[in-house]
Amino acid sequence: MATIAFSQSPSFSKTFYSSLYKVIEGERIQTCLQCGMCSGVCPFGYLMDFPPGRMIAELRANTFDRVIKADTVWMCVSCYACTEVCPAKIPLTPGLMTRAKEELLMAGNIPSELQNALENSQRYNNPLGESPRKRADWAKGIEPEVKILGKTKQPVDVLWFIGDYPSYHPRVRSATRALAQVFNALGVDFGILGPEENSDGDSQRLAGEHGLFEVLAEKNGRAFGKYQFNEIVTTDPHAFNALKNEYPALGISYPVRHFTQFLAERLDQLKPILKQEVKARVTYHDPCYLGRANGVYDEPRALLKAIPGVELEEMSHNRNTSLCCGGGGGGMWLDGFQWEKAHVRLSEWRVREAVTTGASILVVACPYESPRFEDAAKMVQQAGQLAVKDIAELLVMAMGD
Amino acid sequence: MNIIVPVKLVPDLVEELTIDSSGKALDTSWLRLILNEFDDHAIEQAILLKERIGGQVTIVAPDVEGIDDVLYTTVAKGADRLIKLVGDFAGGFNNHALARVFSAVIKELQPDLLLTGVQAHNDLDGSVGPLLAEQLGMPYIGYVAGVTLTDGNVIARKEYPGGLIAEMEVTLPAVLGIQAAQQPPRYIAVSKVRQAMKTATIEEQTAAELDPTGGLTIGRMFQPEAGAQATMITGEVNEIAARLVSFFKELGIL
Repeated sequence: MATIAFSQSPSFSKTFYSSLYKVIEGERIQTCLQCGMCSGVCPFGYLMDFPPGRMIAELRANTFDRVIKADTVWMCVSCYACTEVCPAKIPLTPGLMTRAKEELLMAGNIPSELQNALENSQRYNNPLGESPRKRADWAKGIEPEVKILGKTKQPVDVLWFIGDYPSYHPRVRSATRALAQVFNALGVDFGILGPEENSDGDSQRLAGEHGLFEVLAEKNGRAFGKYQFNEIVTTDPHAFNALKNEYPALGISYPVRHFTQFLAERLDQLKPILKQEVKARVTYHDPCYLGRANGVYDEPRALLKAIPGVELEEMSHNRNTSLCCGGGGGGMWLDGFQWEKAHVRLSEWRVREAVTTGASILVVACPYESPRFEDAAKMVQQAGQLAVKDIAELLVMAMGD
Repeated sequence: MNIIVPVKLVPDLVEELTIDSSGKALDTSWLRLILNEFDDHAIEQAILLKERIGGQVTIVAPDVEGIDDVLYTTVAKGADRLIKLVGDFAGGFNNHALARVFSAVIKELQPDLLLTGVQAHNDLDGSVGPLLAEQLGMPYIGYVAGVTLTDGNVIARKEYPGGLIAEMEVTLPAVLGIQAAQQPPRYIAVSKVRQAMKTATIEEQTAAELDPTGGLTIGRMFQPEAGAQATMITGEVNEIAARLVSFFKELGIL
C-alpha cells in the first residue's frame, strides 16, 4: 500500500498542495485568506473535522495527513457552495475537496455504501448495479419508438444521453418518458445509445474515483465515435457537466447541452403545444451542476414561465445560493453514512424551504432530485400536499396528454 | 505462512437466468460470471492474515471468462501469486471435478492454510471446501467468520444457528470455509487494478482432466413454478394493494 506510506510522509502536504495546481485556476489556493466563508456556507461544514478552510490551514502547516485519516471529507456533497462564495475564487470543489476524496479512497478510507456504488459502476457501468442490457427498458411502449443507434445505424440530429437514474430508477423513469414525449411532440430527431450507454462517471469522479471516471468516459467516447449526430443533449446535469467540462481533456469533445437549454431554444415551437393550463404555484430548485457549476439559471425558468397558469415563486435560497439536495459528489450513495454523522437530511431542509413559498409543486431538473425530495416530503410534516415534478413532467401536463 | 485461496466464478444473478434447450443446464450465451461472494471474503481474510502475520497469498482459479480481471484485482488487494488453471472448463463442471483439479495443483504448493468460500449459489453437489479437504487429507471447518493463527495451529470462529459461536483449534495444514472475513472486502480503485495489470503475471497451469465422479446427475432444471396454493396478483399498483388488503382480511391477518 504505497499510498498510505506516501500519505504519512512529511512531504505529503507539499505534494498534495502542488497537485492542486493542476486544476484550472488551482494556483489560487495560495491566495486563501482563511476567512472561513467556505466552511460557513458548506451545508455540512459545521460537523466536518476539517471543513475546507481548515483543510487549507492543515496543508500550510504540513499536517494534511490528519485530514486523510478523518472521514468527514465524505460529508462533502460537491455542491460548489464553497467555491461560489470564496472571495479568492479558489476552485475548492473541483480541486481541494475532490483531490482529498481521491486520497481517502486510495488509502482505503471509504464508507461501504459508496464502495458498493463504485463496484457496481466498475462491473455494470451504472452505480445502481442494474443489468447493462436493460438500460433502454424505460423506453418500451413509447410511440413513435425510441431509436437505439446500435440498431437503426442512421444519423440523428440529437444523441440523447439518458443517464443512470433516468434509465433505471422507477420514479425517475417516468420523467425520462415525459421528456421523450416532449421531444416527440416537437419532432426532435433523436436517438439513444441504449445498452451501449455507460454512466457519465461524474459523481464517481467527484467521490474520488478518477480512474473509474476515465474508464467510463472512454467507454462512452468509443460509443459516441460509432454514430453520427450533431449534438448531445443530457437529462442529467452531472452528465452535462462531465461532457462539457471533463470529457474534452480525455479527447472526447462534442457539443453538449442540458435538456432545459435545448428546449428553451425551441420556446416558439413549444409554446403553441402548451395548451393545458396548469393552475399552480410552483417553486424551482436549481441543481448544483446546472446552476453553480455551469451557470444555467434562466432556461429552466423560461420553460416554467411558458406554461399557462404557472406562478413561479422563488425559494429564499435560489440561483447561485441554491441548497444542495444532498445527492452530489457521492452523496447519492452516502445517505446512511451522512445520516449517522448529521441526523439531518439536506433534502428535508430544501423541502421545508419549498413549503414556505406556498408552492404546491417543487420543480426539479436533475434526476437525483425527484426521489430525494419525494422521500424528504414524507418526513417534513407541512409537506403533505407538496408534489415533486421534473420540468419535463410539468411540460407534459401542460401538453394536455 | 503459505496461504492458498482457491476461488471460482459463478453466474451473475443481475442478468436473468434462462435454461438451455437440453432442459438440464443454464443457457450460457447471455451468462456473465462473477466472483463467488464467499470466495471474495476468503480472499479478504487471507490478505488480512498476511497483513497481520506476514506470509504469501496465492490465488488459484479455473480459466473461465473474466477470470483475469478478478485475479489482477486480488493482486491490487495484496495477493502475491496468481495461478490460472487451463482446461476444458467451457462445457461446465461440478464441484467434485473442480476439487480434484484444485487438489492436484495445490498439493504441489505445500500450503499451510487453505481458505475458500464456504458456499456458492451454484453448489449443486456440495461445496468445494470439504471436497478439497477430503482430496488433500486435511481437516475442514466451515462457516468460519474469524481466523487467529497460533504456533502451528489455527483458531477458527464458527457461527452456528441460534446465535451460538464456537472457537475451534485445528492443526495446520487445514482447509477453512469462510462465511465472512473479519472486515468487508476492501475497495480497490480502478487505477490500482490497472497498475496491477501492467505489473503482475498470471501463471498458467494445465488442469488435470475433469472427473465429475461422485457428483449429481441433473434430471431437469427449471424456473420456479407457481404451485396450486399460489395466487398471482397482476394489475396496477393500487389494485394489487387493494387485493392484498382484502386477502389479508380474509385470512384474518388484518
